Amino acid sequence: MNRFPGRDGPRLRRAIVLAGLLTTLVGAAVPGATPEETIAGAARRVVKLYGAGGVRGLEAYQTGILVSPDGHIVTVLSTVLDSEAIDCVLDDGRRYPATLLGADPRRELAVLSIAGEDLPFYPLPATDEPATAEPAVAGGRIAAGTRVFALSNLFGVAVGDERVSAQHGVVSAVVPLEARRGAHEAPYRGDVYILDCTTSNPGSAGGALVDWRGRLVGMLGKELRATATGVWLNYALPTEEVARGYRGVLGAGPDQPGTGPDPDSAPYDVALLGIVLVPDLLDKTPPFVESIRGGSSAARAGLRADDLLVALNGRSVASRAAVQQRLATLAVGDPVQVTVIRNGSIVECDLGPKPEAGLKP
Amino acid sequence: MSRRSSGRLALPARLAGFFLAALSCGGLSLDNACDAAEISPAVRAAERARIEAMAGASKAAVAIFAGEAGGGSGVLVSADGYALTNFHVVQPAGVAMKCGLSDGRLYDAVLVGLDPTGDVALIKLVGRDDFPFAEIADSDLVEVGDFCFAAGNPFLLATDFRPSISAGIVSGTRRYQFPAGTILEYADCLQVDAAINPGNSGGGLFDAEGRVIGVNGRASFEKRGRVNVGVGYAISSNQLRQFLGCLKGGRLVDHATLGATVATADDGRVVVSDILESSDAYRRGLRYDDEVVALAGRPVRTVNALKNILGTLPAGWRVPLVYRRSGRRREILVRLAGLHTSGELAKIVSGGAEAENPEAPPGRPGDPGKPGDPGQGGATKPEVVLPAALSGLYEPRNGFTNFHFNVVERDRVARGMAARHPLPAGKAPWVISGRLEKGQPFRIEISNRQATIDLPTGTSSIDATADLDATPAPPGSGGLLAALVLWRRLLLDGPAATGRTTYWGTVPHWSTEPPSGGPDAAADSGAAPGTPGGAMLVDVLDTAAAAVEGRFLVADDGFVLGIDLWPTPDADPCEVRFTPGDGLPTAMEVRHGDEVFGRFTIERIDIEATADGEPGAEAGVPADGGTT
Repeated sequence: MNRFPGRDGPRLRRAIVLAGLLTTLVGAAVPGATPEETIAGAARRVVKLYGAGGVRGLEAYQTGILVSPDGHIVTVLSTVLDSEAIDCVLDDGRRYPATLLGADPRRELAVLSIAGEDLPFYPLPATDEPATAEPAVAGGRIAAGTRVFALSNLFGVAVGDERVSAQHGVVSAVVPLEARRGAHEAPYRGDVYILDCTTSNPGSAGGALVDWRGRLVGMLGKELRATATGVWLNYALPTEEVARGYRGVLGAGPDQPGTGPDPDSAPYDVALLGIVLVPDLLDKTPPFVESIRGGSSAARAGLRADDLLVALNGRSVASRAAVQQRLATLAVGDPVQVTVIRNGSIVECDLGPKPEAGLKP
Repeated sequence: MSRRSSGRLALPARLAGFFLAALSCGGLSLDNACDAAEISPAVRAAERARIEAMAGASKAAVAIFAGEAGGGSGVLVSADGYALTNFHVVQPAGVAMKCGLSDGRLYDAVLVGLDPTGDVALIKLVGRDDFPFAEIADSDLVEVGDFCFAAGNPFLLATDFRPSISAGIVSGTRRYQFPAGTILEYADCLQVDAAINPGNSGGGLFDAEGRVIGVNGRASFEKRGRVNVGVGYAISSNQLRQFLGCLKGGRLVDHATLGATVATADDGRVVVSDILESSDAYRRGLRYDDEVVALAGRPVRTVNALKNILGTLPAGWRVPLVYRRSGRRREILVRLAGLHTSGELAKIVSGGAEAENPEAPPGRPGDPGKPGDPGQGGATKPEVVLPAALSGLYEPRNGFTNFHFNVVERDRVARGMAARHPLPAGKAPWVISGRLEKGQPFRIEISNRQATIDLPTGTSSIDATADLDATPAPPGSGGLLAALVLWRRLLLDGPAATGRTTYWGTVPHWSTEPPSGGPDAAADSGAAPGTPGGAMLVDVLDTAAAAVEGRFLVADDGFVLGIDLWPTPDADPCEVRFTPGDGLPTAMEVRHGDEVFGRFTIERIDIEATADGEPGAEAGVPADGGTT
């Protein structure tokens, strides 16, 4: 995690200078632009996404951000994307089918692709070095107190060529996310921007958070409640995290210096332990082991196919999803103990410390 | 929710100044906190201007109390006490309500006009002729990102009648929010992130200068319950302006329908998917599968866009429509029919047909905000017991919300007409003479008993004492003589004596008629000319005599600009358009359907009898207003 106490000043100054220098080249983030112009410029790079849902309070729409000229879109990983047909509608009303390129389950970020050309986009930084950051995005962190606009497809209110909604607010705090959805902890535990405007609305997730210069500073997060208080959180994933997730999904990620996963947060997939669970087909798929990869820590611990996982480190895991959620709350190096039911008996398996690993392939 | 927790949702005007001061720091963060001493005079001036705008808006804000049924907000738009609010705010209140202003005084107010489909109501406060009010701005100029603020009575907090202010930005323009059943449709509305809470309904949405750009009425609510989540909607001020005339006339106003439905074709064009043969659009030539390009001067690129435009228009208006067929672009003027029958609307207003339950709308997203309206449908209309201050200000009548105000408006227009057309009292026949386009002479004589026209093609006459719908004459005009008979009657006798004459409201009028049939008329400009926004709104008096209905377009100065006369309903009217002169008109153009029947240059109009009963030159009023 890039924390930079005491380094904001030079970093921000560099970013500002860069923004000033390169602005005219990219045509975005015009200093001195009115809020109206800033919002109009940002809205062109924000897309409306339509996929699965529409039942039981699950919305079938959300928001995405164009991040490449050939049609890459970052958005949140959600049930909306659980669809063969994801529709993407641009600011000008153009409609494309979108393909899921991959996802970063820890950041709950997904990358989609559309077959568009010459699209307006936010170039995400190729590395964590702010010096190389493009002016259309903020280099490095922004500070609490920064004024921002949030652009999103909230409530699905904009359709076709209608522009996404714009809200105004201030970054209230930059703090690690401690949130849950229902009983499940959110897997991402890194810093987020807490906002003073209501962005936890249906369809807002995946929207763009821009500063008053029009630079992308973050991506609006999913609808989550604070673990401590139960309050609905209005937050955004900082652009640098979005960029890391994006690079990771594209396969450029974990090996690059400074772009690896945060040592203090957890990889997500049970496959990292060598466990392959049965496919997650039901609301609460029982976490039966489908197979165990040879040579893995799970194999060494004696786990077998057809074992039913009932607890992880002493906490019950009633479903496949619960296993993954529980695992995600563990830090790298934490001991992993699995309780399984095998032939009617309870068996404890010690898988050793949680391994460090890159992103899901 | 508890009042304690909700109390914090209001934002005092003082804080807005603080907000601006924060903006002015200019840096990326508040870390570079600005010294008060460093604030530039320009910023201080802007801050002061904002505080003044909010103070001005606060004076125009109305806290509406509907007794046990709850209440809401309103906004004064004229010094004589007219205030706009929501239908859903006043519905539980009935005809009379109490309204508090920021001066701490409570005023009586009476219901004037209703537009249930648009969720708009007009009320009139009484007791002063110098009410503070807010100017109505042009909402078409509002942009996403514009600063805006609401002044209203959220959670009915304003026990001292001083409104709560909540500031924000315009989040979206031209939004569409589905109706509940057939009412409470928010078309072409403004979306804001200023806090809109229950009780804000009916209050004004203001721009940075404190002018009204909308009336707040609903919000999207979700998991947190019925409190603001930064997604409020306001009826645009331009829609309000389009209905204001009709509302002032005490009418129960309906919204428009095209008589055709549209769908998106595979290639993205918006095409006619069904059309009623009885509709004016059909008579003007619109057919199945035609591509709709523009309506009322605004481009139609999506089905939603058409719904947005139609949803802001009163039934009975006539607007340009541009369509394309086989690559050819055509422009027509279309008269819009009503969404409801007047019986249906009356039923809705009385609560009978409110089984629609606006609390649970069919359409996602967004609930129709029913802020400030705890009392729900099914409530029977309260008995009308007027406080003394309102006595004589209410008169029930079928098809009207409050007929008293119709008489007020009708008489206002009549006074203007009388002043503009000074005529002798008397029943002498009028003789209008002059030349047609190609120089041939014409002569029209109208008396109490009959009307006759001499044209190069022949002579026609009608019996002015009988029903005027017998046979439209002269042939091809659609009823020119009947129109002129009613015109003379209205000018001589005034509206009170002329059949059943009521005030209709206002309609758009172009100083020169927009091209009606030319295929390439609007090809060069992106939008159709003469948009309702750009056209002049003129008063309309409606006269019914037997089966004949005439609508008189009256300019601000009282001049009768034109007559539309329907010998029978659902047919094309005879349209007469007069060219103003100093006195009576100097020319008239007569159309019927798509055809121009004739263009008449009026050389003289004789309106006074001579000694032997014949029209005489001495008494003649020269049409051009010059001396004889």
